[in-house]
Amino acid sequence: MFSCKTSPEVGGMGHSIKRKEDARFLHGKGNYVDDVKLPGMLHMVMVRSPYAYAKIKSINKDKALAIDGVLAVITGEDLAQYNLHWMPTLLSDSQMVLPTDTIMHQSQEVCAVIATDRYIAVDGAEAVEVEYEPMQAIVDPFKALDEDAPLLRPDKEGQENNHIYHWERGDKAKTEEAIAKADVVVKERIHLPRIHVASIETCGVVASYDKVTEKMLIYLTSQAPHAIRTIVALVAGHVGLSEEKIRIIAPDIGGGFGGKVPVYPGYVIAIAATFLIGKPVKWIEDRSENLVNGFARDYHMDCELAATKDGKIQAFKVSTLADHGYTDSSANPSKYPTGMFSICTGSYDYEHAFAELDAVYTNKAPGGVAYRCSFRVTEAVHAIERMVDKLAAEIGKDPAQLRLENFIKKEQFPYSSPLGWSYDSGDYHATLKKAMDMLGYDDYKKEQAEKRAQGKLMGIGISTFTEVVGAGPSKDFDILGIAMFDSAEIRVHPTGKALARFGTKSQGQGHETTYAQILAEELGIPYSDIEIEEGDTDTAPYGLGTYASRSTPTAGAAAAIAARKLVDKGKKIAAYLLEVSEEDIEWEVGKYSVKGAPEKSKTIQEVVFASYTNIPPGMEPGFEATHYYDPPNLTFPNGAYICVVEVDEETGAIDVKRFVAIDDCGNIINPMIVEGQVHGGLTQGIAPAMYEGIQYDDEGNVLNGTFMDYLVPTAVESPKWETGHTITPSPHHPLGAKGVAESPTVGAPPAIANAIIDALYPLGIKHLDIPITPSKVWDAIQEAKQKA
Amino acid sequence: MAKHNITMTINGQSVSAEVDSRLLLVHFIRENLDMTGTHIGCDTSNCGACTILLDGKSIKSCTYLAVRADGANITTIEGIAEDGTNHPLQQAFHDQHGLHCGFCTPGMIMRSIDLLKNNPDPTEEEIRWGISGNLCRCTGYNNIVKAVQQAAQEMKKEKETTV
Repeated sequence: MFSCKTSPEVGGMGHSIKRKEDARFLHGKGNYVDDVKLPGMLHMVMVRSPYAYAKIKSINKDKALAIDGVLAVITGEDLAQYNLHWMPTLLSDSQMVLPTDTIMHQSQEVCAVIATDRYIAVDGAEAVEVEYEPMQAIVDPFKALDEDAPLLRPDKEGQENNHIYHWERGDKAKTEEAIAKADVVVKERIHLPRIHVASIETCGVVASYDKVTEKMLIYLTSQAPHAIRTIVALVAGHVGLSEEKIRIIAPDIGGGFGGKVPVYPGYVIAIAATFLIGKPVKWIEDRSENLVNGFARDYHMDCELAATKDGKIQAFKVSTLADHGYTDSSANPSKYPTGMFSICTGSYDYEHAFAELDAVYTNKAPGGVAYRCSFRVTEAVHAIERMVDKLAAEIGKDPAQLRLENFIKKEQFPYSSPLGWSYDSGDYHATLKKAMDMLGYDDYKKEQAEKRAQGKLMGIGISTFTEVVGAGPSKDFDILGIAMFDSAEIRVHPTGKALARFGTKSQGQGHETTYAQILAEELGIPYSDIEIEEGDTDTAPYGLGTYASRSTPTAGAAAAIAARKLVDKGKKIAAYLLEVSEEDIEWEVGKYSVKGAPEKSKTIQEVVFASYTNIPPGMEPGFEATHYYDPPNLTFPNGAYICVVEVDEETGAIDVKRFVAIDDCGNIINPMIVEGQVHGGLTQGIAPAMYEGIQYDDEGNVLNGTFMDYLVPTAVESPKWETGHTITPSPHHPLGAKGVAESPTVGAPPAIANAIIDALYPLGIKHLDIPITPSKVWDAIQEAKQKA
Repeated sequence: MAKHNITMTINGQSVSAEVDSRLLLVHFIRENLDMTGTHIGCDTSNCGACTILLDGKSIKSCTYLAVRADGANITTIEGIAEDGTNHPLQQAFHDQHGLHCGFCTPGMIMRSIDLLKNNPDPTEEEIRWGISGNLCRCTGYNNIVKAVQQAAQEMKKEKETTV
């Protein structure tokens, strides 16, 4: 296990330091985008389409403009004059900022009303008269490829049908051959439905352009402010917005989870509006706008898992249909249109795998955000973990035993996966065994047998997942060409206190505490003496932001290496002060001393002071360092989750009795924060497993676009989570850390689904897609009884 | 739009204003009074980010008209502790890591104040149901429950000391 190198007062790695950022939030002094109020600020409200697919015949602004306080109604035609009516997506597709002729999904922005007050802007939006010619929407992605399906994107040159791209990895022939020859093959079509990140703060922007200085100041709900600044400069450079004049400030963010990575049309319209009007413009989404205009998941996966009759896994094949809505605006690295989906071979050692994916257009909102998972890892893990359980059930083997027999062994790391990843480290056997011990697995198996004998429905579900996070090495990972490194800049002041800035952006993860702890660990300066800043592109070093569990793997590593540069500089200063040669100086955290004469020493603070006041001849003054970290590999956090449920046969109600989560995220910086991240992620795992899913009717209307019907779990639905750890440090990360916050969101849904299906198995129910709601269970039970 | 003169006490200060009939209390607090600790998360009374105390009871200020609060005594997150001190719930949320992004936190704390006033010694189950009108997307609630339990103990002790 990990032992702390520093005292609790210094607060390096391994200490559960209470968070430095808490005070402002606890006292209502947080500063979120909607809290920003600038002099003369105007408000923007969208007119949105009631139809999923329609021609716009006319937009009449007159009645809106007649309202006192309504200053402008901005349409696609208005933006077209500046060539700002379309914008590129991160995956080289195109998305409307505002339409000039066609509506492609329900609730799409039709035009924007700018007024002196939010209420008046709403009045204006209601007064805009839009004439539509509705068309039959394509809602079912499987029908999008029908011969007679209308071509949804005739605007795209060479686009002959609604197919966006085909992607594949692995050896198809060998995988199919292995499947054909196998003793046992289990098959299933698994759907991960559309869900939404549903952060409690929606998205928003305050954009303020000064026509005199030509400076554009943008407060933005952004997880990646630097990347967005570059995108704004690239998209709007032709109208005169130059990158050095653009300042993006991501202030406090009320939850991100991937939903605050993309550029939304509202941001661009607000920026265009302030550019034209010269006054600040605020746009804050309401909840329905937030829920209906973005999504995550929506993969339909046809899976085949092949094994010997005693359960040795031999091959896995998955063919996926991805519903991207009307444009591919997936927030993925450029070379990875399906993100890291090829992690789908899981935690198991076998030779053959093949994954392919076809993406299609439909009349739904675009999005494809990496919702609390490193780009499509949730989909991948759900596929393999459901299939492994299905295999276990098929051959009548205990699913824990089946996993233990197929796991990649500790000594096989670094492990080359069949689809091309190099897993860095793990001890999957130890992690699952720890989870089984913590739960009392064998006792529950006995209890289950007894309950089944009494006709009661009890299930135990396991998920032993491997994640891939921390994008990433610049040779493979970029966003619009920008390598996915990240950065840290440390300034230690003469009195030994420090300010450090990062290219990432916390949205609740606690960076102000954990980064301070990393620096405390490396420098010996107490965490309480270190201020952390992020999110202001004018002051922070360039970085790609916080998502994909990348902050600790990239910026955390940058902090450690920048700090080590300072330690090296300090050594020279200490040698000068102690009048010995540099080779005679020893460093232990916080102190330089003379080898063999430990009483002769200088603290880090004394050395820092000297760097400003008593500088060795020829040395550059000051105590500052910057590092841009390009990781050599991704990190591979993993875990073993076990869930116990009971299902009421009469009502379909599901009761989660226990949930044990053992995570291995390498070395831990702050155990309290890590546990908190796991708790939150687990609740975001039970959410899609049992409650959430964006539902559409045949016309493409969203049926649950508010919190009244999109069921985010409350404290009542959220189980009492039981957590623990195994620690196998990442061999290539300077701190041995891996990243953690996404593991539970990725790992929990299949554990819960497997538990519920295990409970229903005696009735002959072998698969259910998530969300597994009581009504879905009840329907399945009735159907099973009729069959029987 | 009809205008109304309203007067209310917010965090111990008397405030008067002329407001539109339709102005929501949460906007009055945030926009007119510039107290932005009370947040807006859903517009449908589901998330509870806008929870405040009105005459001692927790209400969701996003579905409450400002004119209806005429004459009321209102407390927001900014008014529960003197500067430089923590209310036991603020301290407990900090101690138990009961917050991540902080967006739901003011509402969660205001709701918990009311909960503990009516039930000073709640069970875990009672706390979970008691805060079920407030959504948190970050924490998974375990640590919020622990925080409310800690605050309950603390407030009980305080009460005993006072008596």
